[in-house]
Order: sequence, then structure tokens, then C-alpha cells
Amino acid sequence: MAMLQVIDFGKRFTIHHLGKTRQTVEHIHFSLEQGEFLGVVGKSGSGKSTILKSIYRTYCPDTGSIIYDSARYGLIDLTHATEREILYLRKHEIGYVSQFLNVMPRTTSRELVEKALLEMGATEADAKLEAEKALTHFELDQKLWDNYPNTFSGGEKLRLNIAMATVKKPRLLLLDEPTASLDQQSKIKVREIIEKLKASGTTLVGIFHDIEFMDGLCDHVFDMQFRSDKAVKEGVIHES
Amino acid sequence: MREEPILHVRNLNKQFGRGCVHCRDKTKRQLEKNYCPTCGTVYACQDVSLNLFPGEILGIVGESGSGKSTMMQCLYFDASVTSGEAYIHNGELNGKNVFALSQQKKRYIRNNKYGMVYQNPVNGLKMNFSSMGNIAEKLIAAGNRNVSSMERTGHQLLEHVQIPLFRSKEEPQNFSGGMQQRVQIAKALSNNPPILFLDEVTTGLDLSVQANVLDLIKEIQREWGISMIVVSHDLAVIRMLADRTMVMLNGSVIEEGLTDQILEDPQHAYTQRLVYSLL
Repeated sequence: MAMLQVIDFGKRFTIHHLGKTRQTVEHIHFSLEQGEFLGVVGKSGSGKSTILKSIYRTYCPDTGSIIYDSARYGLIDLTHATEREILYLRKHEIGYVSQFLNVMPRTTSRELVEKALLEMGATEADAKLEAEKALTHFELDQKLWDNYPNTFSGGEKLRLNIAMATVKKPRLLLLDEPTASLDQQSKIKVREIIEKLKASGTTLVGIFHDIEFMDGLCDHVFDMQFRSDKAVKEGVIHES
Repeated sequence: MREEPILHVRNLNKQFGRGCVHCRDKTKRQLEKNYCPTCGTVYACQDVSLNLFPGEILGIVGESGSGKSTMMQCLYFDASVTSGEAYIHNGELNGKNVFALSQQKKRYIRNNKYGMVYQNPVNGLKMNFSSMGNIAEKLIAAGNRNVSSMERTGHQLLEHVQIPLFRSKEEPQNFSGGMQQRVQIAKALSNNPPILFLDEVTTGLDLSVQANVLDLIKEIQREWGISMIVVSHDLAVIRMLADRTMVMLNGSVIEEGLTDQILEDPQHAYTQRLVYSLL
């Protein structure tokens, strides 16, 4: 059974004050097995983030269904799950990483990662240990551990963001342009992180701008332009 | 695997005034605003229903006059309800409509199940009692009689909310607004309530103090597992604190959902106006 299955998904935005309705995406189909990595590509404005945010339920689902195979609930349609179920899944099973860091003010990076763990019910000692492991793992400079993230560079913020999401060991991780506005060096680091996550069995959906960056990493590529889900064979991304 | 809410409110109505032939029948009521133009009756809360689950923070946003504070006051028994039911699923109160209980039982709930933090500390604290005295008052109301244990609890709480202990005997009227708010939180927490109401707690505080109070609230949620209802018109506060959010307009709930969904994909015209005005 597929881990994530998106069936005939569509999303429309209505802005009442302008009296306008805009269909951003429609007829989206794809499915993903456990441990696979799906890359979503397309022009800006083609609705890549809309799909991701709808899976995470930041956006209200519109049409179609998104079936997720949950460890706790079994097969669950994320478009119809209750808010409490979604909150549980976000806490324990589904992670979301964007290029923006949105956190409590005046909290150090160490505290942020620890809090992510404590939220799941880890003990203080475990949280401290795991947080340090994660920060080391994602190569965040030790000088930054007890600093507020306000002053971090884009790459450091992103790695902190990924650390916060991955300490929870999510079964499904959504990556919303995690490499945007990063230099080549940082991009390579993110790529290594994704490789590690994939190796540990995490199912991943990622949006990427630069297609060559994903070379050899994706199992599938979903192209917004053709709305098709093509398997990647022998490390070659589909020919369009 | 259905989860049981700790507080369940069904069709809460609160009106100020007796109503008239034009507005008494709910189905015939055609109110532009939440008051009747003929008799002036104000319908402050109209069929408000909500569920509060264990350990979560429920945010309530809306403009002034939307009925959010009235709803909170009704739940805390500061105001009587016109109609409606509320159930607390905690211990001996299971299955009883708390609005229908006797005054004595209501006082018991206030002292043992609820904590309340008002926007204005004057409402929640006795300004000419010491901070410790304020906390002791609540503890005594909840049935404590042992002075030394009350003192211990009081010290712990004040320490927790970062009030220096050498000022614990001082009256809150000498304190700054942020400190008063923190004493109020300590007082509300003193009886270890499962449910905490916070009414515009950060409004009027400067940003650094506000961050301090928000930190404290988040910490309380994490460490004590208390369920909270947070009323605020400040969307940034709601974004930082609330797991789920309800939007009220003219006494009715017009939208509810996950907080980030309300802020990023609001559905109702009013919520959109509110969210898109955010700087």
C-alpha cells in the first residue's frame, strides 16, 4: 500500500473582497511508496507549494483526496481528518520544512530543537542528548547552539529548521524549496541531509527549483507542467 | 479512538435585554449587527459551541464587540448565560451541565477546575494585598489550610513567573503591568487547574514583556499540560500560542480551524479582511 496517495486533487482560492476565485491546481494525481523521494518541479506560480501545504493542511483542502498511511490511524484521508488528528500527525508523523524559520522569539537553537522533542513527550535528559546529536548531525556550528536564530544566515536557519523537523523522526517529510537562496556549498549539505534521511527510511516530498540539484536522488519527478508522475531510471531525470 | 474534550460547550447564548417580537425568535432574527434595532437587545453570544481538548491551546480572535470576552465571562461564571450547556470532563463533574449547577458548585469549579487571567490585573488581583496574599487567597478558597505548605507553593509559583522573592510581600499595585500580569498568572495557576482562561493577557504590554509572558504561557502548556482558551485580537499572539483558532464576529463563530490554516488560507470574508490587514 502506498504511503501517500493524492487522487484528483484540486485547490481553489476565493478572495471575497475582490470577488475573485482562482483555481491554482487541479487534477493532481500521484502516489508514493514508503522510503521514496518525490521531487516536484515546475514554474513559480504553478502550484507546487499549494500541493505541499494542502498535504500539511495549512491550506483547506478543496477537491479530491489525499490518503496517508498513518502509523496510528491507518489509512486516513488528510482532506477530511479532524483538526485534532492533523495536530497529532504533525506532532508525530508528518514534518514540514520551508526556507522560512518561524519560531518563538528569544529562544536559542538548542532550546528550539529540545522543545520539538519535549512536545512529543521525551524526557528532559533524552531531549538534551537528542538535540545535541541533531545539531551536530546537521553541522550547525557549536557557537550557534546557544544563540537566537535571528542572526543566523539563510543556510543556518534552514539547517536548524531541518533539525527541528527531523528530530521527531517523521515518517513523511515535506520540503518546501529547502535549497532556495542557498549557495552551492550549503546546497550540497542539504543534499547530504536528504540522502541520510532517505537512507533512514523517511518518505520525502520536496519542491526544488533547480532540477540538476536533485539528480540521482529522486525516485519520481512530478512535473507541474505535464502533471505526470514519472519514475526516474538510473539516476536520469525524465526527458521532457 | 475518539478523543474526549475536557470542556464541551454547546449553543451558548448570552443576550443583554429582554428581546421583542422582532428578535426573540432566532429563526426570524435578521440582525445586521448583533443587536435588535427595535428594542435594543444585544445578542452578545449566539449559539457558540466549542470543544477544548486536553493539553491544547484554543485561540479566539475577533474585533472588539464580537462577544469573545462575554463568552469567556460566561464560562467562568462572571456572567450568567441566557441559554446553553457546558460540560467539564474531569473527575466528578462528568455529564453535568455546569451552567445549571448551584452557586456553591459553580464556586467550587472556579476554585478547583478553572484559572482566569484578565486583561486588566485589577480584576484578577486584590491590589492592596501582597502577591503572596493573593495566591494564598486562591489556595484557601480551594480548601488549603496549611500555612507553610501554602507559603511553599506561593514561593514556587512566584519564582516560576520570575517575580523576585524579596518582593513577594509587596502589593501588586506597586508592580509594573508585566509583573502584575505574571502575578495574576501565578495566582490562576495556584490551584493547579486543568483549564485556564486567558483574556487579552498581553494587550498593552511592551514587546519584550509580551514575549516573556508568551514564553511563560507556552511553558505552562508544555510542563503542566493545562488546556487553555486564549482570547486575543492580536494575530501574532494567536500564531505563537494557539493550536486551533476560532474566529468570532457579531457574537457568532464564523470560522474555526488549525491556526496556520486560519492565517494562511482564511475562508470567511471577515477572516480574510482580518488576516490580510496583518502587517
